Amino acid sequence: MIDKGSLWFIIFALGIGSFMLRFSFLGLVGDRSLPAWALRYLRYTAVAIIPALIAPMVALSNEANTGPEPVRLIAAIVTFSVGAWTRNVIVAICNGAITLGLGLYLFG
Amino acid sequence: MTSTTTKSAYWMGVRDGAPFILVAAPFAVLFGVIATEAGLNLFEVMSFSFVVIAGAAQFTALELMQKETPTLIVLISALAVNLRVAMYSAAITPYLGTAPLWQRVLMSYMLVDQSYALAHAKFEDAPNMSLPQRTAYYFGTCTLVMGAWFICSFLGAALGTQLPPSIPIDFALPIAFLSMIAPMIRSLPHLVAAITAIVVSLICINVPYSLGLIIAGFAGMAAGSQTEVWITRKQEAAL
Repeated sequence: MIDKGSLWFIIFALGIGSFMLRFSFLGLVGDRSLPAWALRYLRYTAVAIIPALIAPMVALSNEANTGPEPVRLIAAIVTFSVGAWTRNVIVAICNGAITLGLGLYLFG
Repeated sequence: MTSTTTKSAYWMGVRDGAPFILVAAPFAVLFGVIATEAGLNLFEVMSFSFVVIAGAAQFTALELMQKETPTLIVLISALAVNLRVAMYSAAITPYLGTAPLWQRVLMSYMLVDQSYALAHAKFEDAPNMSLPQRTAYYFGTCTLVMGAWFICSFLGAALGTQLPPSIPIDFALPIAFLSMIAPMIRSLPHLVAAITAIVVSLICINVPYSLGLIIAGFAGMAAGSQTEVWITRKQEAAL
């Protein structure tokens, strides 16, 4: 269960933090540019953090959290492959959801 | 004359932003559903979506909070997922940086993937736009996406408690994130960053406080960044 006190703290801290990231240049830095290495790191934040977050969720998706559950693993692979191939978020999410739903219905 | 062209710039932004409802809406519904399933009430879900407006960061925070991760790690991880908005802020500053402060505050609040992508492409294409036109266009691109974000968060939260238990909501987040991330892998360095992050996060799976996520994230960023440096050097050497 999520503790309500820390929930509200996180909502507001995340709100302020996200706003500061957005306001950083537009409001404070002006058009001075960041050092090249910082921009380079920024380019790869999302493609590093998000896979790092979901990898354990996929790898430990069975009921005992000890290994991958086959249908979920396949749904994950389908979602990623379709997304990489079509470059379309909606098409990817639909294919993943259908694979998951159908797979669990047939084998679950 | 100026006011009519400003108005038409606004509506052009609204039109260009319309297709992105299709991207924002499902994630907002999903956030509402998952947050409700995690025990948040309607007011908490709406406050979250209203205060933060960042799908990926909200999902990350929610996932980590459920695992009773220390607050500091939750914040660092969620903000790291959202770091790209600082890059967007840098990218639009040459075009909008001279607007009045209150407008820049509002622009910053609404700076998301869609508003950045549309506005930056437009300003590059049409260098003759005046500042009021650019401002109007920018707010135009935000209008429908923001509206969809709030309304669909609400719908998701309302729906959340009524979903039948047979729906595998536990796996909605990986599917959503995978669909988001796959189109972002546009080059070899992106791929290297993602694979490194995955491998390191699996190795660090038992590191306490979800610190493995931070370690894996940094490893991925460093790997992507370094690959980019190598490729650039190779290309320069070939010239």
